[in-house]
Amino acid sequence: MELSGAEIIVRFLHDEGVEHLFGYPGGAVLHIYDALYRQDKVKHILVRHEQAATHAADGYARSTGKPGVVLVTSGPGATNAVTGIATAYMDSIPMVVLTGQVPTSLIGNDAFQEVDSVGITRPCVKHNFLVKDVKDLAITLKKAFYIAQTGRPGPVVVDIPKDVTANRTKYVFPKTVSMRSYNPVVKGHTGQIKRAVGLILGAKRPMLYTGGGVVLNDASRQLIEFARLLGYPVTNTSMGLGGYPATDKQFVGMLGMHGTYEANMAMSHCDVLVAIGARFDDRVTGNVQKFCPHAKIIHIDIDPSSISKNVKVDVPIVGSVEHVLKDMLKLIKESGEVPDGEALAKWWQQINEWRTKDCLKYDKTSELIKPQYVLETLYRITKGDAFVTSDVGQHQMWTAQFYKFDKPRRWINSGGLGTMGFGLPAAMGVQFAHPKANVVCITGEGSIQMNIQELSTCLQYGLPLKIICLNNRFLGMVRQWQEFFYDKRYSHSYMESLPDFVKLAEAYGHVGMQIDKPADVEAALKEAFTKHKNRLVFMNFITDQTENVYPMVPAGAGLDEMILV
Amino acid sequence: MRHIISILIENEAGALSRVAGLFSARGYNIESLTVAPTEDASLSRMTLVTRGSDDIIEQITKQLNKLVDVVKLMDLTEGPHIEREMMLIKVRAAGGEQRDEVKRMADIFRGRIIDVTDTTYTIEVTGDSTKLDGFIQALDKGLILETVRSGVMGIPRGEKALRI
Ligand SMILES: Cc1cc2nc3c(=O)[nH]c(=O)nc-3n(C[C@H](O)[C@H](O)[C@H](O)COP(=O)(O)OP(=O)(O)OC[C@H]3O[C@@H](n4cnc5c(N)ncnc54)[C@H](O)[C@@H]3O)c2cc1C
Ligand SMILES: Cc1ncc(C[n+]2csc(CCOP(=O)(O)OP(=O)(O)O)c2C)c(N)n1
Ligand SMILES: [Mg+2]
Repeated sequence: MELSGAEIIVRFLHDEGVEHLFGYPGGAVLHIYDALYRQDKVKHILVRHEQAATHAADGYARSTGKPGVVLVTSGPGATNAVTGIATAYMDSIPMVVLTGQVPTSLIGNDAFQEVDSVGITRPCVKHNFLVKDVKDLAITLKKAFYIAQTGRPGPVVVDIPKDVTANRTKYVFPKTVSMRSYNPVVKGHTGQIKRAVGLILGAKRPMLYTGGGVVLNDASRQLIEFARLLGYPVTNTSMGLGGYPATDKQFVGMLGMHGTYEANMAMSHCDVLVAIGARFDDRVTGNVQKFCPHAKIIHIDIDPSSISKNVKVDVPIVGSVEHVLKDMLKLIKESGEVPDGEALAKWWQQINEWRTKDCLKYDKTSELIKPQYVLETLYRITKGDAFVTSDVGQHQMWTAQFYKFDKPRRWINSGGLGTMGFGLPAAMGVQFAHPKANVVCITGEGSIQMNIQELSTCLQYGLPLKIICLNNRFLGMVRQWQEFFYDKRYSHSYMESLPDFVKLAEAYGHVGMQIDKPADVEAALKEAFTKHKNRLVFMNFITDQTENVYPMVPAGAGLDEMILV
Repeated sequence: MRHIISILIENEAGALSRVAGLFSARGYNIESLTVAPTEDASLSRMTLVTRGSDDIIEQITKQLNKLVDVVKLMDLTEGPHIEREMMLIKVRAAGGEQRDEVKRMADIFRGRIIDVTDTTYTIEVTGDSTKLDGFIQALDKGLILETVRSGVMGIPRGEKALRI
C-alpha cells in the first residue's frame, strides 16, 4: 500500500519504538501533524517554544538512553531548535530532530519561512540530511536513528520539504541499515589494553577519572567492578556523576573548576591516570601545562578525536567503556597480579588527609538560607533517588557537589554548552519517560526565566515537577566572577524587577511556595513532596546573595591552585 | 609541516561543505582542495593540502574520519607518493622575441602551448607545486595575464592504494 511521506514518518516512528515526540506545528509540517492526528500510537507533546522541545527530548534521552525525538516547522521553528540541538551535541546526547522545509521546488528561492536548516545546523549535529525524494524517506530516518545512537551519540537533523510529506510511495520498515562510511569501533586494541593493564597494576598513586562516556554507555556496572577490584580512588566529571556511586568510599567527588579539594589534589599528584569516557574539557583540566604533571595517562574513548585533543596521552584506547573495561578485568584477573598494597595504603592516607580540609563546608548558622543547605535537605528528603535536572550557574555546581548521585542518568544538566533555560524543559522530558518518579528541577531566578513559558506545557500534561529556584537575585555565577576577578564591579548581573514567582506559578495553575528562612526549608520541601505530590510546585527559596561556589580553580591556574572557602 | 590528505567521500550534496566547514570551524587552514567523482560515481575523491604541527594534523585526520560521509582517508605524506598539479597560464606573447622566449621557457618546463593568438600564448604545465611555482618565477612577471591552478592531486606509489 502506498502512504504519503507524512504517514510514513509517523508509521516509521512507531515502528522504530518512538513513544514520545516533542514538537510545535507550522506550515511546512502540517501534513505530518495531520498524520499524527489520525493515529494514537506516537504521543505528541506540544511545547510552548521549539527550544523547549529539543531540551525536553534531550532530558528524555539522558534519563532513558533512548533517542529523544523532535518535530518542528521550517524557518523560525528550526532556528529556535538550534540551541537545543547544540546543547545535545556538546554533551553527546542521542536525538533525532525532524525539521519541516519549504517544498523542493522553492528551495533556494528565499521562500516563506525558508532557512538553510542543513547549513545552519551542520556544525552542531553529528550528521544531517535533506530528504529530496519520498522514496528515500524511510531509509534516511533509519540512518538518522542509527547514527544518533551508535558510536559517540549525538543529534541528527532530518530536513523534510513539504512536498516530500505529501508525495506517496510504498512503505516498508527498514529493519537494519549499514553504511560503508560509518562503522564505529567498540572493541579496544588488545595490545594497547595489555600495556594499559601493566601500567594500572604497577601504579603507586593511581586515579580513575571517569566521565559522561560511562553514563552514555550504561557501563556503570563494569566501572564499579573495575574500581572495586583495584581499590583505586574514583573522581567523576560533572557529566559523569552517578556513573560511579557518590556515596561509595572510593569516590573522592567531582573534579575540575568546582571539584573537591581531594579530587583535584589527587589528580595533581597521581602517577597513573585512567581516563574513562571523559574528554579533558578545559573546565576539568585547568591549565593543561600543569595538568597531572606526574602521571602516565591512559585514555579509553569511543571517539578517536577525543583522544590527545587537549592533553597528550600515553596509552590511547579507542573503544567503548563497556568492552574495554570487560577486557581489562579479564586480563587483570588472569594475570594473578594485584596492585601494590603498601603504596596504595599510603596513597589513601594522603587522600584522606586532603579530605579533612572539608572543602565543601559552609556556614550552617546563618540567618539566611544557604543554597547548599537546601540541596542537602532535598537529598535527604528524596533519599537521593530523584531525577534532578538543573539550569546553569551557581545552583548547578552546588547541585553537582551536594546531591549525591548513586545511579547514572539521574543527574541531567547542560555541561558542554552550559545552556540556561535547559532545566525546566529537560525535566518535562524526564517526567514523560518516568511518570512515577520524583523529578526535580534546580534553577536560578535568571535561568528559569529563559523557558518559563513551559509551565503551561506542564499544566496541560499534568507534570508534577518540583521546581527549586535558588533565588539569589543575581546572575550568581557571573556575580562570582565579577567579585573575584573584576574588583566587584557587578556589571549587569543583578536581577531587578523579578516577577512574583509564587503568583506566576499560580497564574499558570500550579502551586507556588516562598521560603525565606532556613528553619522553613525542610518543612516546605516535605510539603511539596507529600501534600503536593501530584502537582507542580514552584519553590522560591530566597537565598544568601553573597554565597559563592567553592572550591574554585581560577582560569589559567592548575588544579591544585584552588580558591578555598 | 605540509600534508597531502586524500579522502574518499560519499558523492552527495553537502559533503564538500562538511569538509570545508570543519576546517573553518576548527581554524585549520586549507592550502588547496580538489574534488571530483571517481570511477565509482557514488564516491568522490578529494585531495586536501594543509599545514600544521603533528598534533594538529592528527586532529585533522581524526575529525575528517569522524565525518559520517567520509569513507576512508590517507595522509599521502606519510609514505612515498606522487604529487601533481596542473596550471594553465596565459602570457603576453606579442613580438617575435617575446614569443620565442616564452616558448623556450615552456619547453624547459615541459609545458604545452594549448592556445595561440597574435598576442598571447596559453600554456599547460603539470608537475608538483614547486615546479609550477618555478615556472611562474621564470617568466617575466609583466607578461603573465592570468593563471589557474587545479590544486594538488596525489597518489601513493607502488601497490599501496586508497580504495574501498
Ligand atoms: C558553569 C559550569 C561549570 C562547570 N564546571 C565543571 C567542573 O568543575 N567540573 C567538571 O567536571 N565539569 C564542569 N562543567 C562541565 C564541563 O563543561 C564539561 O561538560 C564536562 O566536564 C565534560 O564531561 P566529560 O569529560 O565527562 O565529557 P562528556 O561531554 O560527557 O563526553 C563524553 C566522552 O565520552 C566519550 N564516549 C561517549 N560514549 C562512549 C562510549 N560508549 N565508550 C567510551 N567513550 C564514550 C565521548 O566520545 C566523549 O569523549 C561545568 C559546566 C558549567 C556549565
Ligand atoms: C543562554 C545563556 N546565556 C548566558 C549564559 C552565561 N551565564 C552562565 S551562568 C549565568 C547566571 C545564571 O544565573 P541564575 O540562573 O540566577 O543562577 P545562579 O548562578 O544565580 O545560581 C549566566 C548569565 C549562559 N550560560 N547561558
Ligand atoms: Mg541567581
